[in-house]
Amino acid sequence: MLDLTYTLPKPRVIAGARHDWELVIGMEIHAQVASNAKLFSGASTQVGSEPNSNVAFVDAAMPGMLPVINEFCIEQAVRTGLGLKAQINLTSAFDRKNYFYPDLPQGYQISQLYHPIVGMGEVLVEMSPGVARLVRIERIHLEQDAGKSIHDMDPAMSFVDFNRTGVALMEIVSRPDLRGPEEAAAYVAKLRQILRYLGTCDGNMQNGNLRADVNVSVCRPGQYEKYQATQDFGHLGTRCEIKNMNSMRFIQLAIDFEARRQIAILEDGGTVHQETRLYDPDKNETRSMRSKEEAHDYRYFPDPDLLPLEIEQAWVDDIAAQMPELPDAKKARFMGDFGLTDYDANVLTADLESAAFFEAVAAGRDGKMAANWVINELFGRLNKQGLAIADSPVSVAQLGGVLDLIASGEISGKMAKDLFEIVWTEGGDPAAIAAARGMKQVTDTGAIEAAVDAIIAENPGQVEKARANPKLAGWFVGQVIKSTGGKANPATVNEMVTRKLGL
Amino acid sequence: MNANELTIAAARDALRKGDLTAVDLTMSCLTAMDAGDGLNAFVHKTPEIALDQARAADARLAQGDAPAMCGIPLGIKDLFCTKGVPSQAGSNILKGFRPEYESTVTTRLFEAGAVMLGKLNMDEFAMGSSNETSCYGPAVNPWKVDDRQLTPGGSSGGSAAAVAADLCLAATGTDTGGSIRQPAAFTGIVGIKPTYGRVSRWGIVAFASSLDQAGPMTKTVRDAAIFLQAMAGHDPKDSTSANLAVPDFEAALTGDIRGTTIGIPKEYRMDGMPDEIEALWARGIAMMKDAGARIVDISLPHTKYALPAYYVIAPAEASSNLARYDGVRYGHRAKLTAGDGITEMYEKTRAEGFGPEVQRRIMVGTYVLSAGFYDAYYNRARRVRALIKRDFELAFAEGIDAILTPATPSSAFGLGEMASADPVEMYLNDVFTVTVNLAGLPGIAVPVGLDRRGLPLGLQLIGRPWAEGDLLNHAHVLETAAGFVAKADKWW
Amino acid sequence: MSIDTDTARKVAKLARIRVEEADLPALAGQLSGILGFMEQLNEVDVTGVEPMTSVTPMRLARRADVVTDGGQAGRVLANAPDAREGFFAVPKVVE
Repeated sequence: MLDLTYTLPKPRVIAGARHDWELVIGMEIHAQVASNAKLFSGASTQVGSEPNSNVAFVDAAMPGMLPVINEFCIEQAVRTGLGLKAQINLTSAFDRKNYFYPDLPQGYQISQLYHPIVGMGEVLVEMSPGVARLVRIERIHLEQDAGKSIHDMDPAMSFVDFNRTGVALMEIVSRPDLRGPEEAAAYVAKLRQILRYLGTCDGNMQNGNLRADVNVSVCRPGQYEKYQATQDFGHLGTRCEIKNMNSMRFIQLAIDFEARRQIAILEDGGTVHQETRLYDPDKNETRSMRSKEEAHDYRYFPDPDLLPLEIEQAWVDDIAAQMPELPDAKKARFMGDFGLTDYDANVLTADLESAAFFEAVAAGRDGKMAANWVINELFGRLNKQGLAIADSPVSVAQLGGVLDLIASGEISGKMAKDLFEIVWTEGGDPAAIAAARGMKQVTDTGAIEAAVDAIIAENPGQVEKARANPKLAGWFVGQVIKSTGGKANPATVNEMVTRKLGL
Repeated sequence: MNANELTIAAARDALRKGDLTAVDLTMSCLTAMDAGDGLNAFVHKTPEIALDQARAADARLAQGDAPAMCGIPLGIKDLFCTKGVPSQAGSNILKGFRPEYESTVTTRLFEAGAVMLGKLNMDEFAMGSSNETSCYGPAVNPWKVDDRQLTPGGSSGGSAAAVAADLCLAATGTDTGGSIRQPAAFTGIVGIKPTYGRVSRWGIVAFASSLDQAGPMTKTVRDAAIFLQAMAGHDPKDSTSANLAVPDFEAALTGDIRGTTIGIPKEYRMDGMPDEIEALWARGIAMMKDAGARIVDISLPHTKYALPAYYVIAPAEASSNLARYDGVRYGHRAKLTAGDGITEMYEKTRAEGFGPEVQRRIMVGTYVLSAGFYDAYYNRARRVRALIKRDFELAFAEGIDAILTPATPSSAFGLGEMASADPVEMYLNDVFTVTVNLAGLPGIAVPVGLDRRGLPLGLQLIGRPWAEGDLLNHAHVLETAAGFVAKADKWW
Repeated sequence: MSIDTDTARKVAKLARIRVEEADLPALAGQLSGILGFMEQLNEVDVTGVEPMTSVTPMRLARRADVVTDGGQAGRVLANAPDAREGFFAVPKVVE
């Protein structure tokens, strides 16, 4: 199913003064594990709490305090690895990354440098139907988040809150396989979609629960292919890392700015220095981070407070057995089973809730029609009111009821839209509403025949004209439907008019 | 005999019989403690807590179901975090720090009814072998040969001095490279470092996490067994704590070691070892033989490399463990001058708060972990550590039950005597003890005799992992045979 | 390995310990002495020996994903040299 034959997207090319430039992008995504408690303490991960209230003594690095790992977080890393078709390492270990910063109370971050829990995997990033990039995942490791420094509460001081300190992050590291700003954003979107399907991260970018460090470099056309052939980074340009991006739009703007900045330096005969930069959305530019200016020497070494993390294959197998259907598979199935278009399948598999809603509506009904109604009517209406699918006033059963009335010919498409509106605003059973409000089409041929006979009898002039020009038969159809208050089934009326006029 | 001079075992029996109350026993210790100020052993006294605990202990004793440690007055090394009581690890950087939590060890002891008299002096962050790196000034050895004051050893020097001088019945210590055993040997008391993972590290200020282990410092081997029993056991809050049942250590003291095998490692016979130490060791061997043990010469070929490996691994871990002392959340923060930013705050705070030896070790640790040196120093040291552990495993696999060595290369030296010495010379104090920490094994120092000057000398027994009961039994036999009963003349 | 003054300065900087310029040569000398002592490790044949990961091998303990801690901002801040409005205050940090 996903031995998809796709072609590669074209890399973004930026024209320079003398020649073209291409972009090379790799990403480190920090995804917060959707856990109740922190990675190494029993403090809550909840956001919006009073400062320093979700803090255990170990989170504040009080003397003598020790970490104990949260098993759920290990499981989510494994689940994520399986979701990215990655190698799961049965033995991994935690290392300390040492540096001084006020929001890092221990003076080190517990991370996994030497032995990450997840190894090589991949993500298919579709850019348009049949055009996709297979991005290689180098590793996923578990690590602690840092706290939060607030710089604008006092002119001379920074204020530090450790509520976020020690919250579990999965750092998902890609190879430099992305070739343009749109691809980078699509990659983040795809990863977010998978994480949400897996339930391992809520993907909330606004809260910073999913954020990206973006490595950008530029090179002349042809260099990237040399890198891919040899995996020798020497063929690529010097990269700069843009830290902490949490908006798809800003990711694209930042990459574009950064690439142009580097090109300008290079074309000016200068050298790009490897450094950490920060994107300023107000000015739409990146700038060097002063706090990261000095060369870092993180002095990684195995955390002696923790033993190596051994997990059992049987446990991994259990997690694998409970994996949900992932977006690529679901999309392929929707296209195959329901005959959906690529576009519709994308829309309907964007998140689990939408997909589940659609599948329930489509069950035992016409899939394409269900897709049309879910996408155009339901999503259209939800978007208009800014509602999520979970808050939809129209249930699966109600929308299904509307579709059933259309399918049986009891209501017309136009009436169905009216009915949908009534169900949306007033609720109730669609069939009962249609009956009570006389919305059902008249399919009783006797009643229709009487109406047809009456119109023909009343309009001999029109009959003459229609016999001369059969195209004018439509006038009789319209009159009949009008006379039945719009309830007559147009197909039936049309058939009868044609017959009675002898056309 | 004053009550403070009792052993734990004797006090326990007297308390249970009603011959003594915990309050009277505690009062006796508080008096001795106040009279012992000249030893500079207690650095924070907690008489109110002690008397409250003693009264509660008496109530429990009256009900007849008191545990062995109930009502026993103890000194607690300053490295243990004790709730609401200053816990400074002998360092100015933790000046004023009063933890909001109680270490697992002290929690267990208090739950067993033990009484805390106060906090005991120590080398700063347990880095030292003479107690001279303490921010409180050195503790003083109650033993003396002339007018010179001697070191009680380190880092648990305050604990050793307090126990040897009968200021308390026993004390907690911690041992990263010999910090329980060396001061025990220097003061004529018993000190055991349990198997790594036997005693919880939670709430004990970390020096080198993979080596640190707390243990009791007592007047007798029996007391060590009783005390260790109360300290030990699995702690879910410490990931390196072993989930193993704690056997009845006191019941293991049968006094019978007939048929067991004692290994004598040839590599511990160092060049230039004082003949007194050599003679003491020979006496110890003879005692074990007389008790019915089989004596076997063994080889632990990587012994020579234990000290350099230790002085890579311990500072490396310490450099990271001590990064948290940054003036942000607790303890000392330097006064800043105009224009000082966060970096100046860190640098000034840490320069003012840490003493020279701690600074030195942090920098050594920083260096050996830094880019380009990690493999050459740190990983190589960890490989050598694996070899050192394997040496012991091979010996035990050949049927060795315990290993007998000297505890220290000399008796106690004078305070200030090593002031101008190279730091490495001071490190040599740990030569017989660090191997045990590197291999994670239990080791115990037992007083065996006096040197020519009349200062205590001890021997060390090293046991199999998790076999503290058996080790204590061997130590008990050695103790009985040696019959060491000497006490320091009271001069303080 | 001999440590020069520059290296000593760099190490002190990395360790965030202020060392006066005048004290650097002495520090460099002491560090050199200590590191020289460690050079003995080079005599050991460590071929095929894995660095020790844990001295008493056992299964790493895990905790359940349950909130059991926190809600104690006052106790967390109790020892702070400078706490304001529930935060730890430090000299301004520039990012």
